[in-house]
Amino acid sequence: MAKIVLTGNLRLYTGGETELELNAGTIRSLIRKLRERYPDLPESLEDELAISIDGTVHQDDWFARIQPDSEVHLMPRIAGG
Amino acid sequence: MAAVEKIIENRIDDKTTDSKALKWVGTRAPRPDGVDKVTGRAKFGADTHLPNMLIGKVLRSPHAHARILSIDPSAALALPGVKAVVTRDDFPDQPAGAVQPAGEMIINYRDMTRNIMAREKALYEGHAVAAVAAVSDRVAGQALTLIKVDYEVLPHVIDVDEAMGADAPLIQEDLITEGMDPAPEKPSNIAKRVEFGHGDIETGFSQAQVVIEREFKTRPVHQGYIEPHACLASFSEDGQADLWCSTQGHYVARGHCATLLGMDVSKLRVTSSEIGGGFGGKTVVYLEPVALALSRKACQPVKMVMTRDEVFRASGPACGTSMQVRIGATREGKITAGDATLKFQAGAFAGSPVPAAAMCAFAPYDLEHVRSVGYDVLVNRPKVAAYRAPGAPLGEYAVESVIDELAKALELDPIEFRLLNAVREGVDSSYGPKFGPIGCIQTLEAARDHDHYQTPLGSGQGRGVATGYWFNIGGQTSATLNLSEDGSVALVVGTPDIGGSRASLAMMTAETLGIELDKVRPLVGDTSALGYNMLTGGSRVTFAGGIAVVGAAEDLIRQLCERAALTWDLPLDDVEWIEGEARPANGRAGSEAPMSMAEIAKDMAKSGGPIVGRHSTNAQGAGPSFGTHVVDVDVDRETGRVSVTRYTVVQDAGKAIHPGYVEGQYQGGAVQGIGWALNEEYIYDEKGKIENAGFLDYRVPVCSDVPMIDTVIVEVPNPEHPYGVRGVGETPIVPPLAAISNAVENALGIRFTELPMSPPRVLAAIEQAG
Amino acid sequence: MARNHVTTTINGDPVEFLCDTEQTLLDVLRDELHLTGSKEGCASGDCGACSVTMDGRLVCACLVLAVETQGAEVETIEGMADGDRLHPLQQKFLDHAALQCGVCTPGFLVAAKSLLERNPDPTESEVRYWLAGNLCRCTGYDKIVRAVLDTAAEMRE
Ligand code: FES
Ligand code: FES
Repeated sequence: MAKIVLTGNLRLYTGGETELELNAGTIRSLIRKLRERYPDLPESLEDELAISIDGTVHQDDWFARIQPDSEVHLMPRIAGG
Repeated sequence: MAAVEKIIENRIDDKTTDSKALKWVGTRAPRPDGVDKVTGRAKFGADTHLPNMLIGKVLRSPHAHARILSIDPSAALALPGVKAVVTRDDFPDQPAGAVQPAGEMIINYRDMTRNIMAREKALYEGHAVAAVAAVSDRVAGQALTLIKVDYEVLPHVIDVDEAMGADAPLIQEDLITEGMDPAPEKPSNIAKRVEFGHGDIETGFSQAQVVIEREFKTRPVHQGYIEPHACLASFSEDGQADLWCSTQGHYVARGHCATLLGMDVSKLRVTSSEIGGGFGGKTVVYLEPVALALSRKACQPVKMVMTRDEVFRASGPACGTSMQVRIGATREGKITAGDATLKFQAGAFAGSPVPAAAMCAFAPYDLEHVRSVGYDVLVNRPKVAAYRAPGAPLGEYAVESVIDELAKALELDPIEFRLLNAVREGVDSSYGPKFGPIGCIQTLEAARDHDHYQTPLGSGQGRGVATGYWFNIGGQTSATLNLSEDGSVALVVGTPDIGGSRASLAMMTAETLGIELDKVRPLVGDTSALGYNMLTGGSRVTFAGGIAVVGAAEDLIRQLCERAALTWDLPLDDVEWIEGEARPANGRAGSEAPMSMAEIAKDMAKSGGPIVGRHSTNAQGAGPSFGTHVVDVDVDRETGRVSVTRYTVVQDAGKAIHPGYVEGQYQGGAVQGIGWALNEEYIYDEKGKIENAGFLDYRVPVCSDVPMIDTVIVEVPNPEHPYGVRGVGETPIVPPLAAISNAVENALGIRFTELPMSPPRVLAAIEQAG
Repeated sequence: MARNHVTTTINGDPVEFLCDTEQTLLDVLRDELHLTGSKEGCASGDCGACSVTMDGRLVCACLVLAVETQGAEVETIEGMADGDRLHPLQQKFLDHAALQCGVCTPGFLVAAKSLLERNPDPTESEVRYWLAGNLCRCTGYDKIVRAVLDTAAEMRE
């Protein structure tokens, strides 16, 4: 199962949980599973997130692959200048 | 005179070095828009005129905080030559919580409509309250004086610490802080609290033998682009509109304007002019929706250009901050814990770059116990806009100052101390994810080994070092290659060219196609010319645009090979593209004379019709970039003036497509940082009005203030880009603030914890130290 | 209000225009004559983006009243190249990548040309002080100074 790490303020919606294991083949499926598990996650969650899979950062990338041994970090989206 | 440069190959990138050498990538090729820009022909935001064009002007609030009781434009409308007036009533309100993804971030349109035109309250001095369109600049100016606005002046707050106080005037009366558990019951000016890190801070500090804690304060600054905001809007009676404007992202501007005006996105076509600098400040809209609204009312084109005074009062700016940093280390020089609290001015609406600042603050260091907390705080200033690596220079200023003090306390060389703790590939970043291939160590080592660092200082001088980090981003990008009948190609991209990107994108295209660079004619298309493009920002264009143009070139090559295969009656697999021509391959090699692009193009009508290479992508995997700066300063003990006598920027570019423009980014970022460190600040009077809204008093560095800026381009390729590009535009502004402060400390033995270190502040500190 | 009739020479050509008394030379160049190569960065003499020469003297066009150009010889960026031959400064700015966004470039070129006419062999400091009235926010000035020094060296040959 992939290791999922929730950074920043996400713990506020997960009852304090910041690390979990999940089976999710893609970012899309990861988001759905997180929503099921934590119904308090805000609607706009996806649009505010960047997701790092094994060190490569994805933004708005539903079908990026997550391997069973991947390490996935959810963090705030980056805006540049 | 040769530029001072040294390119260090740290790794062999198998994608770019397999057997064939690069012909264009990595050269200092001429830039396609160059001649237009040295002859005055290039058209910037204010350079377009249309027949029957009106001039628009904005009436701005003279108060930092005031309720708008009424606006009466009747006298202005009665003035001959006035064609339209718009106020808050001309922009539909946006529903609460109307946040939408747009461009780089999610946009709160309820806030945005209030930032471009005040509604219930004027929230800062310079806030737009009404606008007029008239037949001339003079009539428009006269009309502004005839608009009657009744204000109820309210108490205001500018300073971030004061704004967080319990009895501060509330900028938004119902704002409840996000990110607190439990959520506070009372409203405040704190929009959000964020926290990053891992491990346990107190455990970390208990392992430290030396702990240093400092508080820092920085003043608000402005991006300072030389070209003021400018646009020209033309709405026709059937509801379609054209907009020409100076913007970092015309697709993003189109989306903002259509939403704010309540119109279909496709009915608005936006053409980006040449852009005279942005640095993040032209990622949002100010005049554009107002000009469109005026043009819609007047049924005539409306041109609007900000004055410099308006640019300072009502656009940008970047935030002022209050920060605390505590770092502990063992006697051997291993950092055991880092803790930072960052409070950033957001302006009148939520959304300062404090989250990015909190994530970047400790990013150069491999830490087991780290925490950074950020507060996004409303004050009576315009909503802050992005400014080059938004947030990062500030947080890293505080952290890198304390790192420097620790090195001194531990009697370690500041670069060696950093090297003992620096991140490398595979290490967990302070904000979470593991780093992929990165060049942090390499930039530190290159700085240490540089002639600059090895050269002894002159008497009374000081030397400082700092390291900085920025993420870089990717995002949606499209490119089209239209093959002309003579075999040359038009490259159409959708990212405004702010510093030479047409050159670098054309170079990657020519490289991939294997053709001469002058056969590729790059241009920036309008919003109807190709698919969506995110804006020019986040150091993304050479990265994401590079992926798009290489993809379009590969698409073109595939079609060229198909035409050749059909012409030769060969299976596609038996045709290959080498050095700009199709050749029979495998068993058929040599069976036909190669066909060049020109030959295939000449007969494309017969072989199947026009050939267009396309690629649209949402580029992922931007490569983060580290930089280390070394600076020498001289301090005039009589006047307090700090002079920078030598400066060296070392930064990882991944791959420098056009080294000249990469160096230019390094040098420009460093000098903006010098201004931020030494002189630039907004000065407010007790009424919350800006006292220095002009270049005479808001002093950006001039030519005689700075020395040559030496550069070292380190290249640790980004595996996610076909040529290894990371993105280079933002990191260069991250290290200078701390590097210069560290140098001043080294010269004077005085640690400054406030920016800017302007002559009066430095002189006062020297006098106080006796 | 009656407008003023002005007869002047711009880039060697005779030019006539009407202007309001308070209109600056920069306003007239840009808005009446559509010579938009001179830029407005501040309209207060602080940025140099509007640099032109008037009777050989380097001035900020935003600080000159248009009526003052009666009978004068004005040179702008549009007159700097000789037909299809770029001025050596223009070429060196391109060779040295001395521009990024390019909005400051016309002003720097006009100012640098005026420097080299007075001082064909300037030191780095002389270049930096002469150009201190021209703001560039993109380049950090390094490549601009190199381009000017390199042009001077080449033109002396
Ligand atoms: S516009 Fe004339 S000096 Fe700035
Ligand atoms: S190149 Fe942009 S201001 Fe100089």
